[in-house]
Amino acid sequence: MEFEPVIGLEVHVQLKTKSKLFCSCATEFGAAPNSQVCPVCLGHPGVLPVLNKQALDYAVLCGLALNCSISKFSKFDRKNYFYPDLPKNYQVSQFDKPICGKGKITFLINGNEKTIGITRAHLEEDAGKLVHSETGAESGVDFNRTGIPLLEIVSEPDLRTPEEAYMYLHMIKNIIEYLGVSDCNMEEGSLRCDANVSIRPKGQEKFGTKVEIKNMNSFRNVQKALAYELERQEDEILGGGIIVQETRLWDADKNQTFSMRTKEEAHDYRYFPEPDLVPVKLDENYIKSLENQLPELPFDRMNRFTKEYTLTGYDAQVLTSSREIADYYEECANLTDDYKAVSNWVQSELLREINEKKISIKESKVTPSKLTDMLKLIQKGVISGKIAKIVFHEIMRSGKDAEQIVKEKGLVQISNPDELKNIVEKVIKDNKKIVDDYKGGKEKSFMFLVGQVMKATQGKANPQLVTKMLKEAIG
Amino acid sequence: MSFTEKDVDYVANLSRISLSDEEKKNFTVQLEQILKYVEKLNRLNTDNIEPTAHILPVSNVFRDDVAKICPTTRFAVEQSALLVDGLFGVPRVI
Amino acid sequence: MSLYSKTAVELIGLLNKKEISSRDIVSSVFQRIEQVDTKINAFIYTDKENALKKADEIDKKRVNAEPLGLLGGVPVVLKSNLCCFTWPVSCASKILKGYNCAYTATSVEKLLREDAVPIGYANMDEFAMGSSCENSAFGVTRNPWNTDCIPGGSSGGSAAAVAADETILALGSDTGGSIRQPASLCGVVGLKPTYGRVSRFGLVAYASSLDQIGTLTKTVADNALLLKVISGHDCSDSTSIDRKVPDYPAYLNNSIKGLKIGIPKEYFVDGMDNEVEESVKKSIKTFEGQGAVPVEISLPHTDYAVACYYIIATAEASANLARFDGIRYGARSPQAENLIDLYEKTKSDGFGQEVKRRILLGTYVLSSGYYEAYYKKAQKVRTLIKNDFDTVFKKVDCILTPTSPTPAFKIGEKTNDPLKMYLSDIFTISLNLAGLPGISIPGGFTQSGLPIGMQLAGRPFEEEVILNAAYSFEKNTLFHTTKPTLS
Repeated sequence: MEFEPVIGLEVHVQLKTKSKLFCSCATEFGAAPNSQVCPVCLGHPGVLPVLNKQALDYAVLCGLALNCSISKFSKFDRKNYFYPDLPKNYQVSQFDKPICGKGKITFLINGNEKTIGITRAHLEEDAGKLVHSETGAESGVDFNRTGIPLLEIVSEPDLRTPEEAYMYLHMIKNIIEYLGVSDCNMEEGSLRCDANVSIRPKGQEKFGTKVEIKNMNSFRNVQKALAYELERQEDEILGGGIIVQETRLWDADKNQTFSMRTKEEAHDYRYFPEPDLVPVKLDENYIKSLENQLPELPFDRMNRFTKEYTLTGYDAQVLTSSREIADYYEECANLTDDYKAVSNWVQSELLREINEKKISIKESKVTPSKLTDMLKLIQKGVISGKIAKIVFHEIMRSGKDAEQIVKEKGLVQISNPDELKNIVEKVIKDNKKIVDDYKGGKEKSFMFLVGQVMKATQGKANPQLVTKMLKEAIG
Repeated sequence: MSFTEKDVDYVANLSRISLSDEEKKNFTVQLEQILKYVEKLNRLNTDNIEPTAHILPVSNVFRDDVAKICPTTRFAVEQSALLVDGLFGVPRVI
Repeated sequence: MSLYSKTAVELIGLLNKKEISSRDIVSSVFQRIEQVDTKINAFIYTDKENALKKADEIDKKRVNAEPLGLLGGVPVVLKSNLCCFTWPVSCASKILKGYNCAYTATSVEKLLREDAVPIGYANMDEFAMGSSCENSAFGVTRNPWNTDCIPGGSSGGSAAAVAADETILALGSDTGGSIRQPASLCGVVGLKPTYGRVSRFGLVAYASSLDQIGTLTKTVADNALLLKVISGHDCSDSTSIDRKVPDYPAYLNNSIKGLKIGIPKEYFVDGMDNEVEESVKKSIKTFEGQGAVPVEISLPHTDYAVACYYIIATAEASANLARFDGIRYGARSPQAENLIDLYEKTKSDGFGQEVKRRILLGTYVLSSGYYEAYYKKAQKVRTLIKNDFDTVFKKVDCILTPTSPTPAFKIGEKTNDPLKMYLSDIFTISLNLAGLPGISIPGGFTQSGLPIGMQLAGRPFEEEVILNAAYSFEKNTLFHTTKPTLS
């Protein structure tokens, strides 16, 4: 029997406001435990919440970017359950009137467009953090994170493979980063993801029993956990078993999901309207004003890049995978016509360098003008592509201009036949057998000869000229 | 709808209150009686009536996104009966 | 006459004439507390030292002719569910043992700003759940008019303290009648403002969509003054209303000639005490004598109010009280072996019977499968009840009813019958559901000498109308001048 996976993702994104969702405590990451708390976010008796306007604006901005309908009327509800990271033992969330309704996002997967539906996106308060010591009999709770605004983005069960889920997550992160409303840092927990997974026999319309997977702390882990879980479910069914509706935790060390069996886990959240917060009513003008703030989003930008800069879909996708890279690329594209060359240099050398150095593209000393100046030297034949790599790394290191580096290091390309004549002749003389091989039809041998000339000139010889001269000399 | 001891168990568990046998017995009887009383609401036809969650028609109450230092953070945190290295202690959660 | 038996308005007059000091008043009140509170048990906590210190500061300001607040030096007792920084707010529950407020309620801030002197915390029904002040971890409060009787609740301590002259002013909270009913049973003036008139920030929530802080005083004039002080918009309470606060005391001497007073026929049905009914009829005559016009009205959904209330209030309470788990503050069960155990032991030991009962009920009406049938249904009925009032307030300016169907009952009389107890709020609950202001004023006495209260309800944000009517009534009846003997 062949099975079809059905996957839906719930992504929690921390919104980058200065203060918490319902009180004025700071939201900075990494503060001393319980230093960014107050009676309100600690759930002391008698406290009341007041909604942070910026969080609402950010939520609407995200909703617009995810092509969601924005609710003219939305409200908050209490979600009741007991857990030590939840000070009030209810979470202020949104139940039946989320701020953002149905939407969709589109991304490329293996060169094909895929559109995934968004069910909804709603605002809620984050919970605290449980800290477990290795030895102690107690766990500890840090409430600094409590009350930081979260946007929960729920996808439709439209995802069919772990890879699609991976790409979907990337696109969500990409979009939200473009908006600048979240750090989307999975390690620091500013982006978190839970998955709902089920399988069904191919062709069957009815969904299978779904399992919720939690505790995945990277996009790759999401992909791995889904792959593991799909296989587990298939084995279970083929082995004559049934799938139990449950929550499972991903163990990244063991590469397995584990059942989080707690009989106390009662899924009766008793949602009801939060009486301490009044409804949110949004009018056209407000929504329009936020619409006007939307930047060009990754997918649109990718499509424009393919057209405007005649790039392949793949190249355009990589170059628009973050707003910074895309901005960088476009700045370069304004300074040169050689779009393809810029694309290659950004994707290969530049991205590798900044990833290795763990810096942002803005921090790189290779500014768009420095890069394009260097490319112009290649175009003009002043340096070869090979030499350019040396120049590039020197710019990266010192921040000097390409021209200056070329001058200081004597890296100018040798394009004068007189300067190369002796070297060419010497190479032919020293490699008699190779020359014969070439004459006998072994094309590869010719490249070796070119290489020898390049080596003798420390790579400075103009490769086209060397080819020409070698061919003439061998006859 | 009859209200039984099983219902009391269910809601006691949801609200994390453990009950003695006597409490369980009393509450079953009393809640059943109260629930029977409130069933009088079913005599009213409310098909086209909007529910009231807030009695006043207020909406859009916001605060500006300004972080402030709370002067009583320490005092508030120290109300806990069990602080361990600045964290609120709870029985080990696995 | 001792200072403690005077009203705030009288005392402020004497203070301004420099005949007395604030220290004199505070001392006098504490002397009275020491004298009678063993009989009444109105107080859970007193802070004499700070009260005297505060009084001295105010006296100094007065001597130096510095500007003084409206309540310059007048003592006030707080209900034990109002936060006052460092005070042990307990809500009369064991579960908050050891907790000291980490902040101050907005209403209390306002009192302090106007130089009132908070003297302590009054007893109450645990978490404001009750109508008799019997549900307190600190023992029952007794009615000053007859110490075998309950003072009403849940603000029973506040009402009894005012009635017994153990304070000049008191704050309470009213979710289903918790100010008006004890005011009625103790023969004092108690007002629940319009929902949103007074900030709830710092009021330990029972049922958030119904709770409102209000005033308990010896006279209507004091009430108007105190209400003026605590009212107003607060950025910390999203449900508080940004609307100008009228100068309530300035409205009191207006004529009530032509004032249309609605008399709802649904409130005069079986179960009402004969003496209470007689009193209302007399009260109507009194109002008529001052030129007011009684109008028979109908509030057809009155009979559903109690049912509606007990669903909405308990549902909200079940969430509001979830936070008392012993982790961040308050009592924590020492024997807990695991997390669930900690929650269960802390709550089971910490909450009293009535609180447990209401949490269970509230949890049930919200639980899966019952939400629509109970909670949603009750919210819809709430709409109907509100609509009733909207309709009648097109015809009348205020509504007169008894505050409570009976005078104070005996301690222990209804403790085993929760439903019967719930029905003692039958006349007050509707106003909370509709968010309307209501005031209870002394309306006479039973043969056995127990006070009977009259309730006046008004349109939203028209507290001045009911205060004015109440003042006119008070002036013409003088019931407030009779005091309990406390023998």
